[in-house]
Amino acid sequence: MTSADPIRYPDKPETVYFFGTCLVDNFYAQAGLAAVELIEREGVRVIFPQGQTCCGQPPFNSGYRDEARRVARAQMALFPRPFPVVVPSGSCGAMFRVHYAELFGGPDTAVSEQAQAREFAARVFEWSEFMHHVLRVRWEDRGPPVRVSYHPSCHLQRELGVRRAPLALLEQLSGVTLCPVEDAEECCGFGGTFAVKQEPISAAMVDDKARKIVAGGAEVLVACDAGCLMNIGGALARQGPAPRVLPLAQFIKERVHEA
Amino acid sequence: MKPDAGRFKVDAARATLNATLRQNLNHTLGLIRARRDAAFEALTAPEELQEIGQAIKQESLARLPELLERLEDRLTARGIQVHWAETADEANAIVLEIARRRGVQLVVKGKTMVSEETELNRFLQRHGIEVLEADLGEYIVQLAQQPPSHIVAPAIHMNRREIADLFHEKLGEPYTVDIEAMTAMARRVLREKFKTAGMGVTGVNFAIAETGTLCLVENEGNGRMCTTAPPVHVAMMGLEKVVANLSDLPTLNRLLTRSATGQAISTYFNWISSPRRRGEKDGPEEVHVVILDNGRSSVYSDGELRDTLACLRCGACLNICPVYARIGGHAYRAVYMGPIGKILTPQLAGLETAGHLTGASTLCGACAEVCPVKIPIPDLLLRLRQEGSQPTAAGRALFGPGAGSQRKPAEAMLWKGWQVLHDRPAYYRAATALARAAAALLPRRAASLSPWGRRRELPVPARASLHALLRNRPGA
Ligand code: SF4
Repeated sequence: MTSADPIRYPDKPETVYFFGTCLVDNFYAQAGLAAVELIEREGVRVIFPQGQTCCGQPPFNSGYRDEARRVARAQMALFPRPFPVVVPSGSCGAMFRVHYAELFGGPDTAVSEQAQAREFAARVFEWSEFMHHVLRVRWEDRGPPVRVSYHPSCHLQRELGVRRAPLALLEQLSGVTLCPVEDAEECCGFGGTFAVKQEPISAAMVDDKARKIVAGGAEVLVACDAGCLMNIGGALARQGPAPRVLPLAQFIKERVHEA
Repeated sequence: MKPDAGRFKVDAARATLNATLRQNLNHTLGLIRARRDAAFEALTAPEELQEIGQAIKQESLARLPELLERLEDRLTARGIQVHWAETADEANAIVLEIARRRGVQLVVKGKTMVSEETELNRFLQRHGIEVLEADLGEYIVQLAQQPPSHIVAPAIHMNRREIADLFHEKLGEPYTVDIEAMTAMARRVLREKFKTAGMGVTGVNFAIAETGTLCLVENEGNGRMCTTAPPVHVAMMGLEKVVANLSDLPTLNRLLTRSATGQAISTYFNWISSPRRRGEKDGPEEVHVVILDNGRSSVYSDGELRDTLACLRCGACLNICPVYARIGGHAYRAVYMGPIGKILTPQLAGLETAGHLTGASTLCGACAEVCPVKIPIPDLLLRLRQEGSQPTAAGRALFGPGAGSQRKPAEAMLWKGWQVLHDRPAYYRAATALARAAAALLPRRAASLSPWGRRRELPVPARASLHALLRNRPGA
């Protein structure tokens, strides 16, 4: 499941593709825009193919691989040139980088398609990973002091192996104080359709997560996955006065942009 | 006890609301996790050790048929009697036959998950033989007339007061919550029984083909007693427990004790290499080993699912699992619970019976990360979900009898519809625009009727999609 080989990061490119993900597209569009603008700010051209929809993870995780494969095939076709593909989600990034090889690895897929999936997978990067390891951004914090907790999403940390990058980006912001959260690495209970199909277990998990975040004392909670944020944010809102919840890119954009 | 999709939903939901259970689990799981982490942090290269452990188990599995033959030869040469059982019933019948021949009336048992799998206790009791669990945790759940709720810590769902109540009620001893005192009570009962037991039954952690040695890892000395005090010792093992060489053992054992309890080494390590020999003063007169298949060879025949058989039964995946921590072990209604249970049980019991367990995971991957032999549990869950949701006829041809048993027509249609929408950009954009508009109109209170909204607010849809915000970019 985890990509065992250490990832080789390319030199700074002139152009990248951006895959927005369906959740960012529909619920966190401003965060998607912030992620794009922060890349452009570094002098990199961003191409957003308008034909993109979803990485195919929902049916894949439910066992419906044919349906996932058809949609996956349509996505890959939208990113034909050898530019890096930047994704503002650890989960969708892992679907591309880790699971496409499996999805197109069976005896029923053409050899050329298997090779295409592997080539594509190798140039997919999650947004924070790309900003830290490839663009090596340097930011100046213009925001007021603020206490922040970071939620490390499961697929980002375990499947993509990205643990350091989001924190490294946050640490550059001089006004930010990081608040540790108890059992921070534990899953928030989202799990895609799990949140609905196994609602009682999911709710028990996210209730605990929300409580521990509140106990950590942060004013803002950031993460690199929209799914977790919807889940945790939804539970926090139900529990009472809560930290503001937003995607990492959007939080950073708000603090570094020139007024 | 049989897994059951409907009951799982109910039991799991009920367990999440059981504050005592949740507290008991949190407390003990937290302790074990901390110890496990500390033990791994103290190693120079923990991940490499995991990789070596994985390689050893994979190598053993690759050579399984040959190693089992060699194991049988060596064990037999040393006077240990080897029995092969294809099913749970066969295994039980073998044990009963030995017991009858020796006129056994009382069996004492060390911890063995295989005997849980065959439901040996109930079987022997039905045939008039008394069975007593000698592992403290197992003894507690036996007194409580419950199945174990964890593969290493069978009574993890109970707290000290609950155990004190149980001892007071069942043993008639004065009430105490003092752990030492309670352990002493159990020990008094057990010591008496060891003296009269005609047979000891235990599990096996590793069976070494090269030397014909059965290894048993434990902390309480009950395993030592069960394997030495009674005149007959019967060891029960799944056929996947065989490893090639003695030199494989240090790595696997270092991983096992650290993963299970955070110990660098267990208190007892029993090497069983023969019955009592001429001139020896103690040890059993007869040693038997029952090697159980019970569905394992069919697991084995699938190159991908075979990884399931590498399991050391250390319990680390249960201890880290966020789902297990919220529902405990009983909700699964299975001998093997938690992450390993979710992949093993459906394979042993059939997807028809236990396929629903594969759905009880967020695929967070914490289990695969701590697994000492790096079993890719989430990948195997995905594989089993795929099997379960196959269109029945095609799936059976590809995967065998259980395929398609989890397929629900409505869900299948949903994903088909999903695919049609996400295959065609114009449909996707139109449909998501519509959905966002509809969601914005939906009264917030109505949302709380949906499974998502019962204990969570619904997310607020974006006013303009990212597609719209980026429409004028190059390449659009
Ligand atoms: S699957 Fe891995 S972690 Fe779980 S019990 Fe088996 S060896 Fe231990």
